[in-house]
Amino acid sequence: MPEPLVRQDQAHFFASLDEDVLAAVDAVDETEAPASMWQDAWRNLRARPLFWVSAAIILLVVVVAIFPKLFTSVDPNYCELQNSLKRPASGHPFGFDFQGCDIYARTIYGARASVAVGVLTTILVTILGAVIGAIAGFYAGWFDALLSRVTDIFFAIPFVLAAVLVMAMFRAHRNIFTVVLVLGIFGWPQIARITRGAVMSVKNADFITAAKALGASRPAALVRHVMPNSLAPIIVTATVSLGTFIVAEATLSFLGLGLPPSVVSWGADVAKAQQQLRSYPGILFYPAGALALTVLGFIMMGDAVRDALDPKARKR
Amino acid sequence: MSRTTVELTDTQAPLVDRNSPLLQVRNLDVSFTTATGVVNAVRGADLTIYPGQAVAIVGESGSGKSTLAHSIINLLPGTGRVTAGSILFDGRELVGADKKTFVGLRGKEIGLVPQDPMTNLNPVWKIGYQVKEALKANGIASGRAAMTRVAELLAEAGLPDAARRANQYPHEFSGGMRQRALIAIGLAARPKLLIADEPTSALDVTVQRKILDHLEGLTDQLGTAVLFITHDLGLAAERAEHLVVMYRGQVVESGPARKILADPQHPYTKRLVASAPSLASRRIQSAKERGERATELLAITHGDGVSPARQELIRVEHLTKVFELRGGGAGATKEFKAVDDVSFTVRRGTTMALVGESGSGKSTVANIMLNLLQPTEGKIYFEGTDLHSLDRKGEFSFRRRVQPIFQNPYGSLDPMYSIFRTLEEPLRIHHVGDKKAREKRVRELLDMVALPASTMRRFPNELSGGQRQRIAVARALALEPDVIVCDEAVSALDVLVQAQILTLLNDLQAELGLTYLFITHDLAVVRQIADEVSVMQSGRIVEAATTDEVFDNPREEYTRELLNAIPGAHLDVFGAPPAA
Repeated sequence: MPEPLVRQDQAHFFASLDEDVLAAVDAVDETEAPASMWQDAWRNLRARPLFWVSAAIILLVVVVAIFPKLFTSVDPNYCELQNSLKRPASGHPFGFDFQGCDIYARTIYGARASVAVGVLTTILVTILGAVIGAIAGFYAGWFDALLSRVTDIFFAIPFVLAAVLVMAMFRAHRNIFTVVLVLGIFGWPQIARITRGAVMSVKNADFITAAKALGASRPAALVRHVMPNSLAPIIVTATVSLGTFIVAEATLSFLGLGLPPSVVSWGADVAKAQQQLRSYPGILFYPAGALALTVLGFIMMGDAVRDALDPKARKR
Repeated sequence: MSRTTVELTDTQAPLVDRNSPLLQVRNLDVSFTTATGVVNAVRGADLTIYPGQAVAIVGESGSGKSTLAHSIINLLPGTGRVTAGSILFDGRELVGADKKTFVGLRGKEIGLVPQDPMTNLNPVWKIGYQVKEALKANGIASGRAAMTRVAELLAEAGLPDAARRANQYPHEFSGGMRQRALIAIGLAARPKLLIADEPTSALDVTVQRKILDHLEGLTDQLGTAVLFITHDLGLAAERAEHLVVMYRGQVVESGPARKILADPQHPYTKRLVASAPSLASRRIQSAKERGERATELLAITHGDGVSPARQELIRVEHLTKVFELRGGGAGATKEFKAVDDVSFTVRRGTTMALVGESGSGKSTVANIMLNLLQPTEGKIYFEGTDLHSLDRKGEFSFRRRVQPIFQNPYGSLDPMYSIFRTLEEPLRIHHVGDKKAREKRVRELLDMVALPASTMRRFPNELSGGQRQRIAVARALALEPDVIVCDEAVSALDVLVQAQILTLLNDLQAELGLTYLFITHDLAVVRQIADEVSVMQSGRIVEAATTDEVFDNPREEYTRELLNAIPGAHLDVFGAPPAA
């Protein structure tokens, strides 16, 4: 090759020789606090107004559910027909329903059934779904094939319709636990699917192979490495579905197939309020509003958590 | 160097003034707005390209080289913005120009060959359609005439049987063929400047060489100026006459390619030239040897190299691995022989390199070596014991003695584990010591890989790629193994970091008497680390010898091809040309 012509503005140039820029490459930042994924997610979450709004709603609902007596001293099941459809009065801010029960007290006490069903169902569904999904995703093979077909079948059955059918058979012993059980039986496939997908995407990572090469057994690799890395989507789905389970309970109670009349439930109250919708819409408004607010709180929380756990949102 | 001659149709007469610059970038600042504030990706960069000239921007990932190139055609991603400086192209100022100007410019006057041929073609459209799109967008041809032109362009880019190929979809093309199609698209409108952003870094070296040769011949004949963006100093020096070295958003050095290689001035460029594996012509020396006899050309581990006196540690005999692939019909399977009758031995304290291109079966051998895969046939003896005969307990203790290091430092560490937990895990699994002893060992390990002890509170995402890879090395060392299987252990790292890790591995070998099975596609790296080399091609070992023999006197045609394909192998900068 002949020596090419060097133009004047392409002559050999070099920047000033500052050596210390290079030293920065190998340095470990020793000042900042260490950041695990959860700490990062928390930092991210803290900066979101959506999180604080939903956290406030959820906190309020939970406190109401656990300590209803803090908010009202009226017995929700103490009803006097002479108070039927009475408008708000002092001590009874929402007025009275058709049976003469205090609407405010019923709205407060209704939180307990909703939150209990929502939380218990979510726990049941998450445990069932996560275990089944994780085993199917990690070990694959015939168990996975079987599970996938079973979830397909469950997906084909409308959730509420199936629950209605089964609850109709439980007529004699309806309580919070039967509702939770029925919702759980039809609710786990979704979490199982999410878990299976998450596990499958993690299980081929190099760090899993590294753990195996270190001598970790397969179950140990699943529990110690795969599951912690698959938790984010499971948590997000669980939070969002908590809201949908509350709605499902209300739907069942509305249809008269959920909780027995002795338990105060927003769904049942909404059903009862139907007849007086024209004469006194307030009866419908309060339990329905409380239900909507609660569900909104959980779904917004799920949204905020999803954004915070999104790996693309991580700073470093 | 072989020049490709192609029948060129409608070559633009290069009647341009070759002495006034085609592109002049002056004092360019580019910044990105992120959640944490404004990041200055490029600061005060200068760049000049003359018509028909080949210029290369060299730098590691994050140095701003792609950002600089993309700002020329206003294709900055996301929030990127040119904040200062000027870009003069063919006498026109591009900073602050409107969208219409850029649309007219792109393709027609400045072409782009993007980085990853796997993702830069739309999988649902035929190749021909995508080339035609480039012609239509620039108003060159349409309809039937365009289809004829497409075939011509593809043939020109070196695709055999172009007319038929134009009717195929991207998934029917190999990586090299896709890159050729992208080159055809980039040159479709006969631009004056072609920006080639890491055009071949995703391809095997032999394919890379062929494509770059072809591109060079083509742009020479068309009189197109080429701006290469690359991390490979050897490739840049070989393909461009003018080099621009970028580091952390700044141009640290620029000038004639040979001058920079022969006489680098900036400390960064000096380090870069010294570390570029493709320019190295000898094995890295361990710390001890560096101290004692730094002038010795062929330093060999412990001084006695692969003398037969060294004890044999691993013997692989007639290893074969057949995978069953899902075939066309339902339930039908096809057999694929990934590893075909492979035999070799590795002696204690030495490095055996297994070299081959993608699909040669080298990683399969690594996985069988790690006892993570069962061979279909053949045996592996580790210190005379057949791996296949190991019971559960035997296998568990075998794991202590053979450890892997993987390619991708971002995938090989559990993101949920702190560095302490990552390094402690092997000790815990094998019940080594109590809590206190384990913590002491973790500190020792971090010290061994030259990281401060405070690193153990960190999480992988807080460390750079090189630091993570050092953690991976430390984890592999935790159980004091005899053998480390390095599966492309330095391939994903920037050159300087790569040199750092190679030196570290070499020092550790000298210190701890480790044996390495080093799996790589990069012959240049082999030169730096290996004592013996086995070259693999489609599952078979085609050549096996000591490193010097393979480099100085390759017997097989394939080995010679691989050696020739090392970018920069022909540059006799240091006065020591490798045999060609």
